[in-house]
Amino acid sequence: MKKDFTREHLLYLRKEKLRKLAVHLTQAAVLIVALGFWELSAQLGWSDSFITSSPSRVWKTLVELIAGGTLWRHMWTSTWETLAGFAIGTALGYAVAVILWWNGFLKEVFEPYVVVLNSLPKIALGPVIIILVGADKASIITMAVLISVVITTITILNGFVETDKEKILLLRSMGANRFQIFTKLVAPANVPTLMATLKINVGMAWIGSIMGEYLASKEGLGYLLVYGKQVFRLDLVMTCTVVLCALAGLMYALVALIEKTVSRRY
Amino acid sequence: MKVLELKDVSKVFYTKTQETQAVSHLSFDVNEGEFVSIIGPSGCGKTTVLSLICKLIKPTCGSVELSGNSHVGYMLQRDQLFEWRTIEKNVYLGLEIQRRLTPENKQYADGLLKKYGLWEFRKHRPSELSGGMRQRAALIRTLATDPDLLLLDEPFSALDFQTRLDVCDDVYSIIKSEKKTALLVTHDISEAISLSDRIVVLTARPATVLAIHEPKLNDLASPLKRRESPEFSKQFELLHRYLHGEKK
Repeated sequence: MKKDFTREHLLYLRKEKLRKLAVHLTQAAVLIVALGFWELSAQLGWSDSFITSSPSRVWKTLVELIAGGTLWRHMWTSTWETLAGFAIGTALGYAVAVILWWNGFLKEVFEPYVVVLNSLPKIALGPVIIILVGADKASIITMAVLISVVITTITILNGFVETDKEKILLLRSMGANRFQIFTKLVAPANVPTLMATLKINVGMAWIGSIMGEYLASKEGLGYLLVYGKQVFRLDLVMTCTVVLCALAGLMYALVALIEKTVSRRY
Repeated sequence: MKVLELKDVSKVFYTKTQETQAVSHLSFDVNEGEFVSIIGPSGCGKTTVLSLICKLIKPTCGSVELSGNSHVGYMLQRDQLFEWRTIEKNVYLGLEIQRRLTPENKQYADGLLKKYGLWEFRKHRPSELSGGMRQRAALIRTLATDPDLLLLDEPFSALDFQTRLDVCDDVYSIIKSEKKTALLVTHDISEAISLSDRIVVLTARPATVLAIHEPKLNDLASPLKRRESPEFSKQFELLHRYLHGEKK
């Protein structure tokens, strides 16, 4: 779509572009300065690089890990666990929200339980999970599910309940049943709520899978973190953290992309 | 022929601390092709009356009778168009709900869109339309199910004054050219006079009929013309006195 812009409009667009560029440049500068300071403090001995590591040591460890082929395995394990926890947690939380929205009686009955479960630090259930599910991947995924499922139910149910009453009245006057009210109104009206929940759950699922790996695991980034701590290789700990940042950021960006595509319609 | 008849209808609502009689022994009717308005002091239970007619709530006693298989179309204060649907899909909504989205009914709905100038906007989103056009789309959505009785719940009150007069004229002419029967609920006396064949004046809660007034301005074609007639201000005073006297 090519349009003839006025001179003032072009000026405005250029100004906006420059502003965007300035933001990105500053963002890059912040990162570079932070990394530079970190490296410098290690080189000049302001801090003990054995404890705080340094960008160059992280880089070296990263290269070693990649060359050894172990990094991919650990990354893949954690990512897979997180994705499984994310998908199951979101789907299950959504399903529970639908049931509680559908049946006002059940909603009233289970509201206090949901509130208590939400406040409960899910890590407290770790030992129980390991005994019930077993000390393997299943218990890690269970942890990720547990952490994301309750908040999903609460957020989605809130969205459902706050659906415009007047719109429900309109559908009822047309003779809609509860199923139709859900499919024609409540579900589409809450697509933005679902998208917001997905964003929250990226973080929740990562917390769950890494925590689960702390408790019981043979591989994964959480395992590597604990291992690094035990053998006092802080370079390894820092490297894992950086890799985790990258993975979580990537997953968030993917969800944000989905949201952008979907929210154009809602 | 009577399209709607309310016989001695009462409705009581209960809450934990009190019971509220919203409607008490209310009787009136609406004939085919008529435009009837209900006015009353605010909070007098006008919307309850519409919910009763829609069968969304049951009367505590008395009966609400709709002729034949007559189904009603409800038009609300705000247009309530669904942003995730195109104008066309919004118009089909009632037919979808009632599982009557047949080619014939679709054609009828498309015909309405064409006739009332929304055809070229059929693929647009509601937010791309002006307030007046949105309200027209909402009316066409209501008409698409071919209701025997239109219920209008203050459909102009969310619009600014200038738009309101235009949309009012617009809605009136569409209803008349489709030969529909309409029941309007409003607190705006001039709106009621300029639109209606008959006006049912309700008392404060519990609502019952205080008076039935006939403006007799039918020889004037449009609501705007009626507003200009000298009869108009006299009737306004009369109805205002009804409502005002009621408050004392």
